[in-house]
Amino acid sequence: MSWVNRALKSPIGAKVMMAVTGIMLTGFLIGHLAGNLLIFAGPEAINSYAEGLRKFPALLWLARGGLLGAFIAHLAFAAQVTLANRAARPEPYAFNNTVQATWASRHMVLTGCVMLAFIVFHLAHFTWRVTDPQISAMGEFDVYQMALRGFRQPPVAMAYLLAMAAIGLHLSHGIASLFQTLGLNHPRYNRGVRFIGPVVGVGIALLFASIPLSIYLGYVN
Amino acid sequence: MKLKLHVWRQKNKSAKGAMVTYDADNISPNMSFLEMLDVVNEGLSNTGEAPIAFDHDCREGICGSCSLMVNGVAHGPQDATTTCQLHMRSFQDGEELYIEPWRAKGFPVLRDLIVDRSAFDRIIQAGGFISVNTGAAQDANAIPVRKLDADEAFNASACIGCGACVAACKNASAMLFVSAKVGQLSLLPQGQPERQERVLNMMSQMQEEGFGNCTNQYECEAVCPKQISSDYIARLNREFISATLAHPNTRK
Repeated sequence: MSWVNRALKSPIGAKVMMAVTGIMLTGFLIGHLAGNLLIFAGPEAINSYAEGLRKFPALLWLARGGLLGAFIAHLAFAAQVTLANRAARPEPYAFNNTVQATWASRHMVLTGCVMLAFIVFHLAHFTWRVTDPQISAMGEFDVYQMALRGFRQPPVAMAYLLAMAAIGLHLSHGIASLFQTLGLNHPRYNRGVRFIGPVVGVGIALLFASIPLSIYLGYVN
Repeated sequence: MKLKLHVWRQKNKSAKGAMVTYDADNISPNMSFLEMLDVVNEGLSNTGEAPIAFDHDCREGICGSCSLMVNGVAHGPQDATTTCQLHMRSFQDGEELYIEPWRAKGFPVLRDLIVDRSAFDRIIQAGGFISVNTGAAQDANAIPVRKLDADEAFNASACIGCGACVAACKNASAMLFVSAKVGQLSLLPQGQPERQERVLNMMSQMQEEGFGNCTNQYECEAVCPKQISSDYIARLNREFISATLAHPNTRK
């Protein structure tokens, strides 16, 4: 399998892996978002959804394993590519300039690190339930009350909104980028493809952000 | 015109360089950027100082020799123009200019603003050619080529190998250069026999030379004096993926 090894160490191979794992992680985000939006349908809907997720432990752990694998691979290849890129320009320019690269594309590492920190906090907050004694005391599937309790605290709501901004930026470059990396490119569709990234990325982030925002502002009680 | 120049000066490959400030007086707006440097150099020679070394040859935008980073933009502020075709009327009187060499591990500085671009030659040697038997050239129209493919191959072949794409890339990647060379040959019938090994070998040579990876920021196409589109990078990715999957062991 030396060719696999060689391909994964090559600049394009590593990026193909980032694109593929990025698709998996974005797919997860869309599923997660669809589940979350049930909060607008009331406590019954989201709590039974949360309970339903755990009905098939084998499937749940399979999905979690796949997700964790994709996550670690995405980080590992990102580290490989970033380190190689830093090494490729040992002497920086005295006058730095940017012609057309977007802010999002130049700060993928920053937004990625914000997301990583957020994911750890988010798991501690709602999955392990160790950050807030009031949440720890709630029943495992009372997601509705956990969300209400969490997002009524301004610092928590702010942290979530900040993380959603990072997700929106990261995805807006990442999604547009994966088409280019996988070579899915044709003059007929290129304009649309460059549009898809920001629309889907910012769309996902805004929908996610609508939950802490509407709880904090009191639209969901 | 009067200008204040900050120029990278470095004696040789191993010496430590630094930005040095010069005043450029009596500059005509009709001079090219390189003529402006010629005037500055004349002044330096008269005072006994070593002139600023920079690469140049045809001075008509086709050889790919000139290579200056002007205020952080490869080949300066004018679109689709090499440094030699850039004129001083693109600047304001009294402006301060930062003039630097291409910066990349794959392009070591030889002296002042001159970098060693032989890495590009080695990438071409790794596969940027077609092998043909010698003999009389066959009739130009003997092999039919679809018009669209001919046009796209032609656009890719406009690459003059100046290295501006590497200089502008935030990751000092040579993907636009490699993609133009791979694209040009993979679109034409003559390029088919060596198509797979070409892309694999050129990409591994690019990596060996220490160039970075593309992160799809498209700074390269923005500064390319020949306006090579980043669409060729997507084509290169496609070529690489299919060659890797279909012919994993086709390599030198």
